[in-house]
Amino acid sequence: MHKPTLSRKMFVIFNSALLTAITLLGIIPFIHLLSVSLSSNTAAMAGEVKLWPVGFNFDAYRYLGQKVEFFRSFGVSIERVALGTAVNMFLCFISAYPLSKSIDQFKYRTVYVWFFAITMFFGGGLIPTYIIVKNTGLIDSIWALILPGALNVWNMVLMLNFFRTIPRELDEAATIDGAGHWRILWRIYLPVSLPSIATIGLFTIVGHWNSWFDGILYLNSPEKYPLQTYLSTLIMSINSQMTSVSIEQIKAMENLSEKTLQTAQIFMGALPIMVVYPFLQKYFVKGMTVGSVKE
Amino acid sequence: MRTLKKEYILHLMLLPGVIVTLIYAYGPMAGLVMAFQQFEPLSGFFHSKFVGFDNFKYVFAMPDFKQVLWNTIVIAVIKMVLFLLVPLILALLLNEVTKRWFSRFIQSAVFLPFFLSWTVLGGVIIELFSLSGPVNGLVTATGLKPIMFMLDNEWFRGIVIGSDVWKGMGYNMIVMLAAITGINATLYEAAEVDGAGRWKQMIHITLPGMAPILILLGVLSLGGILNAGFEQILIMYNPTVYEGADIIDTFVYRLGMFSQQFGPAAAVGLFKSAISLVLVSLTYYAAYKYNNYRIF
Repeated sequence: MHKPTLSRKMFVIFNSALLTAITLLGIIPFIHLLSVSLSSNTAAMAGEVKLWPVGFNFDAYRYLGQKVEFFRSFGVSIERVALGTAVNMFLCFISAYPLSKSIDQFKYRTVYVWFFAITMFFGGGLIPTYIIVKNTGLIDSIWALILPGALNVWNMVLMLNFFRTIPRELDEAATIDGAGHWRILWRIYLPVSLPSIATIGLFTIVGHWNSWFDGILYLNSPEKYPLQTYLSTLIMSINSQMTSVSIEQIKAMENLSEKTLQTAQIFMGALPIMVVYPFLQKYFVKGMTVGSVKE
Repeated sequence: MRTLKKEYILHLMLLPGVIVTLIYAYGPMAGLVMAFQQFEPLSGFFHSKFVGFDNFKYVFAMPDFKQVLWNTIVIAVIKMVLFLLVPLILALLLNEVTKRWFSRFIQSAVFLPFFLSWTVLGGVIIELFSLSGPVNGLVTATGLKPIMFMLDNEWFRGIVIGSDVWKGMGYNMIVMLAAITGINATLYEAAEVDGAGRWKQMIHITLPGMAPILILLGVLSLGGILNAGFEQILIMYNPTVYEGADIIDTFVYRLGMFSQQFGPAAAVGLFKSAISLVLVSLTYYAAYKYNNYRIF
C-alpha cells in the first residue's frame, strides 16, 4: 500500500464529512419529530422546536395512554400482524415446496408457475379489486386486510429459490425411509429453512404493520382501523382542508391540530420498526443475496 | 402408482394458494369487464349494461386526464433516474470509506426510512415543511418570507420526488455495494501496480464491474414508468396541488371511490395495467436476454 497522498487525505476528510451530512439529513427529521412530541404544545405550535424539546414534558404520551382511538388501533395492528403473518407464511411455505420440484418430480410445475407468474405482470387494479373484495363479503372485516394478499408471489419465489439449494439427496433419503411430501416438508424443509423463514417473516411483519391504504379502502368503521390507517386519517384530514389561501388561515389550521399529540402518535407508529430495525437490516441484506438475482 | 399418489399431494399443497390467487388476482382481472360497462354495484358484472369504449372516450376527453398522465410520467421518470444516480454516488463514496463501523453506520441510517410507512414519513415531511416547521424556520432566518411548500405545485412535486428518494435510496445502495464487493480484488492490485490512483480505479474497474447490476436495475425500473408513488402522494397531497401532483392512481381512486364512477375509473386502471404489462414484459425479456435474469 502506498503512503496516502495529500489529495487522498483531503478526499477522505471531505468524503467523511459529506457522508456524515447525508446521514444527519436522514436522521434529523426523526429527532425533530421526537422533540416536538416532547415539547409544550405552545412551543410546538409556534415553531420554536428544532432539534431539542422546548418546555420538556411527557404530556402528549401521557395523554396517548388515555386515547381510546390510539390504543384500539394499536391492538388491531397487532392482531393484523399476528394473523396476517401466520396466514402469509403458511401459504408461502406450502406453495413454494411443490414449485421447487423439478419437472420430472412434478409434471405440472410449469402450469402452476405460469399461473402465479402472470399475476406479477398484470393485475385488475384498484377498482375491480375493491369490487371483488366487496363481493366476497370482506368489507369492514379484518380479513379484507389479509386474504387479498395472502399469497405474496415474490416471497414465494424467494422461498422456492431457497428450497432449491437444499440437496436433493435429503429428499431421496427420506423417501426411501417411507416419508411422503408432507412429512418431508415439515420434518426436513422446515428446520433447514428457518433462516429464510425468519427473513421473509420479518418482511411480512413490517409489511402488515406499515400497510394503511387497504384499511382506508376496505374498512368502514374507524374502530376497526389498524394504527397506520388511523394515523393516515389524522394526516389526510388536515390535508383535505389545505385549500384556504391566506397564510393566516393556514396558520390557524395548523394550530387546530394538537401538534405534540399528533407527532407523538406518529412517532409511536414508527417505534416498533425502529426497535426491530437492527435485526431487520441484517436479515434483509441476507434475504437480498439469497434472493432473486441468479447467475 | 406411487408417483401418482405423490403428485396428488403436491397439487393439494398448492390448492389454498391457487384458490386465493384465483379469487383476488384473477377475479379483478376478469372484473376489468366493468371498464366496458356502465357499472352499477347492485347489478354487478353480469347485469350491468355494456357500453363499448364509452368509458375510455369519456375519460380521455376529461380536461384533467392529460395533466394527470403527464404528471405521472414526469414524476416517475425523474424518480427512476434519481433512484439509479443517488444510490450509485452513495455506494461509490461509501466504497472509499475504510473504517468499517463508519460505513456500516451510514448504511443503517440511509436504509432506515425504507422500512417506515408513508403515514409516518408523510407525517414527518408535512411537519418539516409546514408554515411553522423547521424548514420555514431556516427560510425566515435568512430574512425571506415563509414559503407554503405543500401548497405550491413546483415545490410540492420536488418534495414528493425528494422524499421518495430519501425513503427508497437505501435499497439500491445496498444492492450496488454488494456488486462492488463482488468485483475481483486482484484487478485493483494489478491497477495499483500499474500506478492507477483511486479515481482511475473507480473509472476503470469499479464502474465497469457494476455495469451489469446498473443495467439490470435500470431496465427493471422501466416497468414502473406509470407508478409515480400512489400511497406517498395520497398521504401528502391536497386539492391545491392536484395540478402538479395528481397521478393516474390517485385520479382513479378519487374517480372510483368518491365520484362512484366505477366504469370510467376501471377504464383508466385498465389503460395503466395494459401499458405496464407491455413494459414489464419487455423489460423482463431484456433482463433475461442480456443478464440471464429470471424470476423463477
